[in-house]
Amino acid sequence: MTDNRLPAIVKEFQSDILAEWVKEQTQPGAIRPGLIRESELRSQCEEFLNLLTQAAQRGNVSDVTRSEFSAVRDMIDRTSRTRAELGFSSAETALFILSLKRPLFGRLRKQLERDPNTLFQEVWSATELIDRLALLSTEAYQRGRETVISRQQSEMLELSTPVVKLWDGVLALPLIGTLDSNRTQVVMETLLQRVVETGSEIVIIDITGVPTVDTLVAQHLLKTISAARLMGVECIISGIRPQIAQTIVHLGVALGEVTTKANLADAFKLALRKRGLGISRSNTPSA
Amino acid sequence: MERIPILKMGEFLLVTIQVDMHDRLAMTLQEDLMTKIAANGARGVLIDISSLEMVDSFIGRMIGQTAAMSRVLDAQTVVVGMQPAVAITLVELGLALEGVRTALTVEKGMDLLRACVESRMEDVTDDGHEG
Repeated sequence: MTDNRLPAIVKEFQSDILAEWVKEQTQPGAIRPGLIRESELRSQCEEFLNLLTQAAQRGNVSDVTRSEFSAVRDMIDRTSRTRAELGFSSAETALFILSLKRPLFGRLRKQLERDPNTLFQEVWSATELIDRLALLSTEAYQRGRETVISRQQSEMLELSTPVVKLWDGVLALPLIGTLDSNRTQVVMETLLQRVVETGSEIVIIDITGVPTVDTLVAQHLLKTISAARLMGVECIISGIRPQIAQTIVHLGVALGEVTTKANLADAFKLALRKRGLGISRSNTPSA
Repeated sequence: MERIPILKMGEFLLVTIQVDMHDRLAMTLQEDLMTKIAANGARGVLIDISSLEMVDSFIGRMIGQTAAMSRVLDAQTVVVGMQPAVAITLVELGLALEGVRTALTVEKGMDLLRACVESRMEDVTDDGHEG
């Protein structure tokens, strides 16, 4: 095993490498402008180089999973996650590490010009090291993105199921977006809970905001309606667009005995009539 | 052995399930109920399951069967006060209890039962006029 020159070279020329590295990243086309300030970038680079030097001096540079590199790994993890949240692309995140290659190799070449064999070996081990670290950074970035996505998913699930009270004993459930089984579960629970709270007898399910109704969506709808019926609640489906009416029939979906109306106003009128109520124009128009 | 009481209110029978149902209890209830309907000539049965927090497929099927049996004995059945969790479970089990009337509260259930029985009586009178 040859003596590794990389740590010593990085340590000796740290400020030069840092300057070139920052320049590499701030040149036009590397990172979209406005994502990160140069001072912040510089401090990140500096921290990374410091940690890398410390780790490389203490350990073997060919294995980044060793404990000497834990500080470097933590730093990469942290910055990559932050970048994921700031809206960096995965390429831009990986570039943070990968762009270190050119300044580092340049420096290696200058120092080891007279010894091509050692130069090759050093370049190879440096490439391996940087590639591994870049992979770590990409993985961390992806994990960061996945956290964001799953959080948004659960937020959307909660946001998307409002149950509104239209009148005493009449609830409306405006559905927006596609109905999958997860969502159906949430919709069902929220709806039935509100039914118990308000003691309602009629629920209008408005599907104006549901883009497509296929057999699966229809099945989920019918499930919700059956559950409501078991609690003594009658459901009316409203907001069926002409195209959806056509699809429903073409697909052979049986909506059974469920009352359907073209729009919410008709459904509301029917609901009121079932409750023995009605709407009439007052004789004395208000000023 | 524990039993679920069946109360008689005029021509209706009232059953309130306030304990966790197990299979034997459910079958005893079914038998008792049928006997009572036949003995009293009851026209309607109201089953209040608002305290029932758990159901399995057996209890679900039992409720459906009880309603069907009562209908054979010419009594209407209304199930009232089903908990949301119970309703969701039954639907997931594929037991939508088609043909069982439901209501949210005992009061509404009673109204529904009266309405059902009255409409059936009217049918009979109408038939009488025509005949």
